[in-house]
Amino acid sequence: MMPLGLRAAAVSLFLLALLLAAWHLATLPAGGRQAVSDEYAKLVGAAAATGQRSAMPGPLEVGAKLLEHLRDPFYDRGPNDKGIGVQLAYSLGRVLSGFALAAATAIPLGFLIGMSPLAYRALDPFVQVLRPISPLAWMPLALYALKDSHASAVFVIFVCSMWPMLINTAFGVASVRREWIQVARTLELRPPALALRVVLPAAAPTIFTGMRISIGIAWLVIVAAEMLVGGTGIGYFVWNEWNNLSIANILVGIFAIGMVGMGLDQAIGRIARLVSYAE
Amino acid sequence: MEFDDKRGLQARSGVLPEGRASGGESEEARDSRIVEQAVLRALFPNARMRRAFLQAVGAATALSALESVFPLGRAKEAFAQGAGRPEKTKLSVGFIPITCATPIIMAHPMGFYAKHGLDVEIVKTAGWAVIRDKTLAKEYDAAHMLSPMPLAITLGVGANPVPYTIPAIENVNGQAVTLSLKHKERRDPKTWKGFRFAVPFDYSIHNYLLRYLVAEHGLDPDRDIQIRAVPPPEMVANLRADNLDGFLGPDPFNQRAVYDGVGFIHMLSKEMWDGHPCCAFAASREFVTTLPNTYRALVRAILDATAYARRPENRKEIAAAIAPANYLNQPVTVVEQVLTGVFADGLGNIRRVPDRIDFDPFPWHSFAVWILTQMKRWGQLKADVDYARIAREVFLATDAARLMREAGMTPPEATMKSFAVLGKTFDPAQPEAYLRGFAIRRS
Repeated sequence: MMPLGLRAAAVSLFLLALLLAAWHLATLPAGGRQAVSDEYAKLVGAAAATGQRSAMPGPLEVGAKLLEHLRDPFYDRGPNDKGIGVQLAYSLGRVLSGFALAAATAIPLGFLIGMSPLAYRALDPFVQVLRPISPLAWMPLALYALKDSHASAVFVIFVCSMWPMLINTAFGVASVRREWIQVARTLELRPPALALRVVLPAAAPTIFTGMRISIGIAWLVIVAAEMLVGGTGIGYFVWNEWNNLSIANILVGIFAIGMVGMGLDQAIGRIARLVSYAE
Repeated sequence: MEFDDKRGLQARSGVLPEGRASGGESEEARDSRIVEQAVLRALFPNARMRRAFLQAVGAATALSALESVFPLGRAKEAFAQGAGRPEKTKLSVGFIPITCATPIIMAHPMGFYAKHGLDVEIVKTAGWAVIRDKTLAKEYDAAHMLSPMPLAITLGVGANPVPYTIPAIENVNGQAVTLSLKHKERRDPKTWKGFRFAVPFDYSIHNYLLRYLVAEHGLDPDRDIQIRAVPPPEMVANLRADNLDGFLGPDPFNQRAVYDGVGFIHMLSKEMWDGHPCCAFAASREFVTTLPNTYRALVRAILDATAYARRPENRKEIAAAIAPANYLNQPVTVVEQVLTGVFADGLGNIRRVPDRIDFDPFPWHSFAVWILTQMKRWGQLKADVDYARIAREVFLATDAARLMREAGMTPPEATMKSFAVLGKTFDPAQPEAYLRGFAIRRS
């Protein structure tokens, strides 16, 4: 019997192969005779010449496009045509700055809210109303108020990725075991030291869970935000290829978004493991 | 240099040509000819005397005689450098990736901005609302807009009122009604009841033309059909998904629908109103007044590009220059079919319409007046407006005429002209009467 990990990997590979095969079969060209004159056929796409609509690209076509992008990911041919690596770097830059701002605001604020039951109750309605607002709804407001598309994108990430961190920090801080705090008080620890040496380590795993959710949200938001404001970034890449109705390139973009999103999640997960503890 | 100029003059049969720039002439030759003409005009204000003088002594002799009393060489140099250096040379101009933006786009790869001493970055933008907000936020110095937008912005309709201007129109014609292939047999607009149509923006010539078209056929555009504002690339995707029955949209997306086998070109916008304006080169009044030299250099670059785009023989070259990912991001054949007017119509025919799209920079005041009548007709504009005043403030026809003349082009003498839309004549002097003449209207 193989170990579980290996068996899981085998099943994963099998599923992937199944998916690709189904995709390949579903997108095989229907074939069909050319229904128009040769001169006309030159003016339209291959599918239109046979009286059909252009089809979804198959896995081979998408794979070829992916290789093409990976071979030269960092080219720069002017402001509207940059390699996929450059676009991802722009998006990552925005996500990390928005996320850092959100963490710098949400964690201290969450700490205060968690320490004070009054603040917890008083601020709860605001959090509940602001939390479910979609990034796309914030965007026009941000553009109007900030008058800068780059700052608007960062702001939208900030405002959308803040809430899970805020709520988790507040919850983590509020649910630190009473006994630990009482022991610290008995040992006459001053409040700042109490917060840093007892409450923070105790709440750290919950805070990191919030950060992990937040970075996921931030990455979701950036694609939408960049599609809206354009300019640079992976969201703009997808939008630009949509403009060209190039489904193969859009699929490459989707793949890249998924891989980077997974990477971000794993990175925060690794850090979270460093601060976790067992009681 | 001097020698070349004179030889150039002699080659033109010894008489200075006046008016239009001839086709093959180089920029420098044209510039120096303009200076020569200006000096001659100043010396002999009477055209007949001037011609008689030139004929009598020959142009070359006349010029060398002039040279002895007037520093022609230095004047030419001063003219080539322009009246003043641009206050700001690094500019950012936004555009939407459609063929209407051809002059703004091609001026970049083909060097028209650089020629006028400007370093312009042209930035592709996702939609009309975004381009409006980014321009109002001064992220862009100037932008590609739909020609009704600066009017709407100036009047504060759908935006905060900010004085806006159109220094030059970009393209005339170049739009089309594209219908889903399943409607091949329903070519009569009377049968379109219940259709779902898309236009690029509420304040667009597309919206007004589509409304005009269906209203002329007895359908009320607000009750009998549905009109949605949809970004152009989404039009083809929605047509494919059967989410739309058709659209009146900008190219290359009409041609793209044909290319992808999802729609056919029912009617070119040219067939409704030949010579209608579509998109414009727009800038805030603040930009025009605070950076006058930059503004003029930018408009000169656009005028040069527009004049170049106007010539049919240049269209293939332009299509190849603006099709790549940095600009339109479309297959070259699609852009070429739009610009050359030799195109597949989606029904198996090849049509040849050389002026399917054309480029004419002159911002006629009468265009603005017509747009205002339609804004009023459909209830976008509730208050009474002084049509002619708004037209003068936003469409900078006088400035455009001067800059065109300086560039050796022949602008029209008037700023108002009458034209016909679907056979119905529009008199720009009588906008209110025109408006009252429509059976279907909101105001």
